[in-house]
Amino acid sequence: MKRVLETKAVSGQSPNYLLAKAQDLIDWAVNSSRANSLWPMPFGTACCAIEFMATAASRYDFARFGMERQAFSPRQADVLICAGRLPFKLAPVIRRIYDQMPQPKWVISMGACASTGGIFDNYAMVQGIDTIVPVDVYVPGCPPRPEGLLYGILLLHKKIKGESLFDRAPRRDEQPLDERGLRLPPEQIDEISEPFGNSIHQFRSG
Amino acid sequence: MNPSADALRATFGGAIARAAESCGDTIVYVDRAALLAVMAWLRDTPGQQYDYLVDVTAVEYRDRERPLEVVYNLRSLARRTDLRVKVELDLRGDLAIDSVVPLWRGADWLEREVYDMFGVTFRGHPDLRRILMWETYAEGYPLRKDFPLRGRFSRAEQVRQALNANPEAHYSMEELSIAEAHDELPPDMRERLRRGERDKIPYSE
Repeated sequence: MKRVLETKAVSGQSPNYLLAKAQDLIDWAVNSSRANSLWPMPFGTACCAIEFMATAASRYDFARFGMERQAFSPRQADVLICAGRLPFKLAPVIRRIYDQMPQPKWVISMGACASTGGIFDNYAMVQGIDTIVPVDVYVPGCPPRPEGLLYGILLLHKKIKGESLFDRAPRRDEQPLDERGLRLPPEQIDEISEPFGNSIHQFRSG
Repeated sequence: MNPSADALRATFGGAIARAAESCGDTIVYVDRAALLAVMAWLRDTPGQQYDYLVDVTAVEYRDRERPLEVVYNLRSLARRTDLRVKVELDLRGDLAIDSVVPLWRGADWLEREVYDMFGVTFRGHPDLRRILMWETYAEGYPLRKDFPLRGRFSRAEQVRQALNANPEAHYSMEELSIAEAHDELPPDMRERLRRGERDKIPYSE
């Protein structure tokens, strides 16, 4: 050990060098295990779910990336994939499913409607599921092709491999709703839900 | 013109406001008070036999002077004919009308949908609740012309109310497939089912 510490690569480094190396090794092992065996919890509400099924089926086959087992139970899932628009009536449902998933957990928002409300800028639709649950990867498209979803999943792999167990700020804490029953401050929800694109021409009346 | 229109006029006289033909379909405008009698007659009279209620819906026109119309599409399966019955309701009056559920059991959810979207009250309906929106939805009736496209509340308020709604309470016990197994459910779930969401949303101003 003494000889190792006196080698050129180590001497002159911070005293915590070996500890940092060990942490890197642990992070690498944990993150590789997590990223390469993501069990998805499909939350398919619309046409995006068709593309999701195509991604799961033999031609695109996301089992190649370790998503072999689709968990239709939130208790055994790692990543919640919201495929399709989310009406307000389903908001408490997706929130409960998210709360039931054990940590560590991630969320992919698949398609324009899940990410922003898409074409449904109306009274019945959530304008982006990030007002309900925290989202890690947004996959654009209407609906996204299976390649798009696979790219989003690979981005999530990248994100997972960048995480560390030894962060000062614990990122894998539960984020319960606040006392008002909201995930974000109301101003932020209003800002996220602002109309954009064509729908800015439709004014809120009454 | 469907001969049922003339037969209705002969039987009910003044209760039939007028009859029209549009795209080959016969439309009969019926007085609100006579609706139930007219519908029962159309269903039970030999030679009419409109035994199938295809749809109940409503129309509101952009012209505020025009009344709101409740539309009943009838079909006689035996005679292979259709008839459309409309009832006009003045928007400034109370939007109430007799339910036809006693005549056609299938009108139950159709009338609930009209109630949910247009705010028409069906007198005598066995279970008049909202069906598409959740029960504590407080923004009004979405398909009315004075309803703004994005709803009346701010997005944050809409999200708050939606997240505080109880997803288990959208159904009556009869509609829940677990109704028979009710006694075997865990006590907290039984409590949530019993409570429903007919009382108030927590934290509401």
